[in-house]
Amino acid sequence: MKKISVVDRILLLLTGLAAAYQVAVGIEGLGGLTVLCYTIAFGVLLIAGLLLIIFGFEVLESPLVVVVAAIIPLSLSLGLVAEYLPAFRTPYLIFVVAGLLAILITRYAAPRPVATVTLATVHGVAGLLIFGLPIILSLQGVTRPGFALVGVGGALIGIGGLLLAFLRVEKPILSQETIYKLLPGLLLLMTLAFIAGLAMA
Amino acid sequence: MTTLSRTIHLLRVDLPDRLRTYWPLIKSLQTGLLLLTGLAGFASARCPVLELPTLLGLAGSLFLAISGSTILNMVYDRDIDRKMARTAHRPLPAGEIDADQALLIGLMLSWLGVGWAVALSPLYGLVVFAGLFFDVVVYTIWLKRRTPWSIVWGGISGGMPILAGRVLGIGQIDLTGILLALAVLLWIPTHIMTFSMRYYNDYRRAGVPTFPATYGFQTTRLIIALSSLGAALTMGAAAFLIGLTWGYLRVLFVLSAGLLVLAVTSVLQPSEKLNMGLFKYASIYMLSSMLLVLVEMV
Repeated sequence: MKKISVVDRILLLLTGLAAAYQVAVGIEGLGGLTVLCYTIAFGVLLIAGLLLIIFGFEVLESPLVVVVAAIIPLSLSLGLVAEYLPAFRTPYLIFVVAGLLAILITRYAAPRPVATVTLATVHGVAGLLIFGLPIILSLQGVTRPGFALVGVGGALIGIGGLLLAFLRVEKPILSQETIYKLLPGLLLLMTLAFIAGLAMA
Repeated sequence: MTTLSRTIHLLRVDLPDRLRTYWPLIKSLQTGLLLLTGLAGFASARCPVLELPTLLGLAGSLFLAISGSTILNMVYDRDIDRKMARTAHRPLPAGEIDADQALLIGLMLSWLGVGWAVALSPLYGLVVFAGLFFDVVVYTIWLKRRTPWSIVWGGISGGMPILAGRVLGIGQIDLTGILLALAVLLWIPTHIMTFSMRYYNDYRRAGVPTFPATYGFQTTRLIIALSSLGAALTMGAAAFLIGLTWGYLRVLFVLSAGLLVLAVTSVLQPSEKLNMGLFKYASIYMLSSMLLVLVEMV
């Protein structure tokens, strides 16, 4: 397994600091549920950065990582829906809670294919929302063009998620070494894209 | 030549080398973290924190008092340090520094620190002195070799710098100050007990009673988890009373959640790696909490 380097640690620290900044000052003035969702999403990013710095890439081997990693796109997408598609807030909230529970239950008490399909479905819906919604809204002129950067962040989180998911099912697109080399930079870019996009909404 | 004149002579000759040898005596990371808690306590008072003479006085007196007490502890504990692999290389057990000289320097720094503190404000000086007294006399000399519960007193002395900083800022001891000190006190077990599990054999060899040796590892982990919960709740309450904005409170909440998750996981799925990870995270947690207060207030 690749050992975590000083550069990796610096990138992860910057990710954590950026996420902390977003939680502290970047989401002021938004609705209650949106603030809660963004706090959870960026909070998980902050803690994930710190845990990677402390434990190294070994922490990614834990089965809990799959569940924790799902929290980021789910809460971020729920925040976006609550803010920009209020009519869908309650149904999507139900989907998020049910989806997270389904991931958690199937991870420990279902055959592997069922767990994988559940994870892919829930992740897929959340990922498409994060990627598509900001781009559509900015193209329609509902938000400023810069908001599309959230979609870029969504694409980056999707790439990271895919790389890790294929690695987990032992059909890696890239080698583990390369994926772990890319991951800290990818996390930082993704976080910065989200922060910049939300600031320019 | 007397010890005093010999010490002064040695300090004048090749000072940088001497400084390099003596520096480990003050455990600079620990001293730095305690100093930061003092500054955060001062900043929490919402007083003019950037008033240079007071800020310099606070930082200087705390640094001297904390360094002095740390050196005095090192002098007293040099026999048990010699028995533990982790500490045997320290300057005193390794014989690089004469114990009498270290004792003299420890006493000088302590008196300078407390004296400066009293000159700034008698109540502030009293709190600084209490920290030093609890640390050196009650914790190290009286209880450390008798009972694992000595860490409660170590924790109380660890909470004194933040209380002292606040007392200097507002001129009295208030509920917020006590809560801040309590948060540090409750954080101490997470910090010290993870360490005493990691170096279990070292402490046994030195004859120092610890929680893992007295009550077992699992009970110790449970105490760590409960104490982490207490630290997080107390720090949250203190931060709320200080008037931290919701944004900073949210960050504190997130960091506290991380501490709790790690502490609970270490009870449910104990491992050596997780234990040390919790130790490191607890340090980051305290550092971050103090920085949050400082950044918000300054």
